[in-house]
Amino acid sequence: MLKKPDTFLPTDDGTGETAVLALDGITKRFPGVIALSGVSLRLIPGKVTALIGENGAGKSTVVKILTGIYQPDGGAMLVDELPTVFPAPQVAAEHGVTAIHQETVLFDELSVAENIFLGHAPRGRFGLIDLKAMIARSRDILESIGAGIDPEQKLKDLGIAKKHLVAIARALSIDARVVIMDEPTAALSHKEIEELYELVESLKSQGKAILFISHKFDEIFRIADNYTVFRDGQMIGKGAMADVSEVDLVTMMVGRDVSQIFPQRASNPGETVLKVEGYAHPTEFEDISFTLRKGQILGFYGLVGAGRSEFMQALFGITRPSRGRIEIDGITAQITSPADAIENGIVYVPEDRGQQGAILDLPIFQNVTLPSLGRISGNGFLKLAQEFALAREYTERLDLRAASLDTHVGTLSGGNQQKVVIAKWLATRPKVIILDEPTKGVDIGSKAAVHEFMAELAAQGLAVIMVSSEIPEILGMSDRVIVMREGRIVTELAQGDMRPETLVRHAAGI
Amino acid sequence: MLKRLIQSREALLTGAIMLLLALIFSRFPGFVTPANLANVFNDTAPLILLAIGQMIVILTRCIDLSVAANLALTGMVVSMINVAAPGLPIALIVVIAVGLGTLLGMVNGLLVWKLAIPPIVVTLGTMTIFRGLIFVISDGKWVNSHEMSPAFKAFPRTEILGLPVLGWTAVIAVIVFSVVMTRTSLGRAIYAAGGNPRAATYAGINVGKTQFWAFTISGALAGLTGYLWVSRFAVSYVDIAGGFELDVVAACVIGGVSIMGGMGTVVGALLGALFLGIIKNALPVVDVSPFWQLAISGGAIIIAVALNAKANRVKGRIILKRAERAS
Repeated sequence: MLKKPDTFLPTDDGTGETAVLALDGITKRFPGVIALSGVSLRLIPGKVTALIGENGAGKSTVVKILTGIYQPDGGAMLVDELPTVFPAPQVAAEHGVTAIHQETVLFDELSVAENIFLGHAPRGRFGLIDLKAMIARSRDILESIGAGIDPEQKLKDLGIAKKHLVAIARALSIDARVVIMDEPTAALSHKEIEELYELVESLKSQGKAILFISHKFDEIFRIADNYTVFRDGQMIGKGAMADVSEVDLVTMMVGRDVSQIFPQRASNPGETVLKVEGYAHPTEFEDISFTLRKGQILGFYGLVGAGRSEFMQALFGITRPSRGRIEIDGITAQITSPADAIENGIVYVPEDRGQQGAILDLPIFQNVTLPSLGRISGNGFLKLAQEFALAREYTERLDLRAASLDTHVGTLSGGNQQKVVIAKWLATRPKVIILDEPTKGVDIGSKAAVHEFMAELAAQGLAVIMVSSEIPEILGMSDRVIVMREGRIVTELAQGDMRPETLVRHAAGI
Repeated sequence: MLKRLIQSREALLTGAIMLLLALIFSRFPGFVTPANLANVFNDTAPLILLAIGQMIVILTRCIDLSVAANLALTGMVVSMINVAAPGLPIALIVVIAVGLGTLLGMVNGLLVWKLAIPPIVVTLGTMTIFRGLIFVISDGKWVNSHEMSPAFKAFPRTEILGLPVLGWTAVIAVIVFSVVMTRTSLGRAIYAAGGNPRAATYAGINVGKTQFWAFTISGALAGLTGYLWVSRFAVSYVDIAGGFELDVVAACVIGGVSIMGGMGTVVGALLGALFLGIIKNALPVVDVSPFWQLAISGGAIIIAVALNAKANRVKGRIILKRAERAS
């Protein structure tokens, strides 16, 4: 790595470009962890710099340092090549640094204009907020990005994509010079992502420096000019996007060759375990019919809002379908609650495992047995010996390491918490397991582990339904794929017929 | 680690109670005799009974502000029944009290479950309605000692092994609900529904129904306490136990029940109630003015909440650090 220069004069990286904001040898420590050690990053006006790294690489710590939320323990921050410190978020904002977060940090009950100008609203007489000027300026900014949003609307009436546009308008309202986008496309549909790309182009042409954080390589290759790769809190490489390949970036990120991302598996489906006929819901989906065999992985692809998760929730009994019937092992099943679904051998691992997964205040064994309480109790009383036996069986199968089954889940590592959640579902002895976006927001290393595990479940004869918005995952894992659009099944493809273009065409309706 | 923390919290509270007793002993040794302690426990029994019910409700991320009004309404109904039919056996009176309290609790539970109204609003409403109903059925008149039958008044005061039935009721409730909370699927569902409602839903637990049962239990205990209260004090009127719901919530908070749900134990609620009970009974004896009593009770609540917040902060820090490394 570069030797730290003695003076702070132009930190030349060979490109001859001046950075509007740069980090030089930044170190940040937390009790017991070194989050960043000596990292450098340069943001050039009119360029998009992609920040790439696995979970835990230190990306969000950098964002927090750039926006003044954290103070570095060592190294220098340069604004226009001059050493500067951001002791508070306001100072970062004054220097024109603004961040748009994964989950937009905005206020639902306030109007769009109030959201854009919160904290720096134009003042009129007596120091009161000048509402008229605020709305007029909001309208100008929103028009300049082609947002088509009424500034007097309440934010809660907007969809997630429009909220992003409001966040961007907010960034522009403080005359931002540096715009940080942290996973901006995570919750957007295909079309909305295209619109975001156009917006990024227009920000570039206005001379803003953009830091773009994303897990998705197609995005990075599409819009970034430069890249910087972090791994375990260190800067591993940087350069121009034109000079690297996807494989190079992956190798830098994980520090090893990842040639085979998806597990090889032989597909030999058994008898039909699940048959769904004409499932419908008044607003969310219509006429959903399909069958699923033992040992099969069935992918559900579609754009966000296509009704996939809504259908899965109905299948699991969280919502009620208005029509339709299902058969499990050839017998008609009545599912009106999650408890019914679990009893019938259907389990649902939802998208947001942090929120919907483990109960941190309860010990491991109580988490594992929670969906199976009926099986280990008589007359409402729990049989503790049976409960422990069940919990032990499944935690051992998953090789969960903990001091004892009495340990509270909140004190376990993230990986072990995940194992508790999986053990919980396997302990119900399911026939069908529904995995909703199983690798969303997960880094590449852990993704491979999840895929490995899915393949293993299918090999053991479980029928797997995988809802995914990632085409590589659908292609790499499914035996069959069902494409949904606007609440309906538009096509079903066998493994041989799956092409990325075909999937996108059907999903988008072109 | 968390469990050790909770255990140490209960140990801490036991220690605080011991310290309190030692302080009182240094000023007035007569307070700390077995007979007087049994007296204090008996006096605190209504608070213990209601605190157990309240703890169960708070565990499910709800709150029941109607417990004292439920107690007063049930108390008035059974006193009036006793006046009208003095010959009715006490066993039947107890069944009526528990049954009516259960019903009132079910009303709260149904409103929270089926209409999804915030519990604080529901129970604030039912609290007012219950008090109003007492006025309607009693015309605002008191039921006095001389109108009650001797058997009606004698039951809670009957001593068994030096402790009156009122005290024994609290002892039995502590044992029964310790078992319910740790050894039954309902107890487990209550902890799960409050600890992480969404995870509980996906695990096949009906969170609304669990909350309904929590309110039902709280109502049943309030109803039982209603009879014990009016018979022990031998009087019944609209305003009995006015404001007592706040003492009950305070006992839970001091006992380490997390107001955010999912954390708390029956023993914790018991200790919290005893702490308040001892302060209330001891301070007049050692000649501390009633104003100081209020200040000390209030101080205890704030210290307990601060300790709770500290416990939660430890947890929060772990999560933050993980989030920190996560992306």
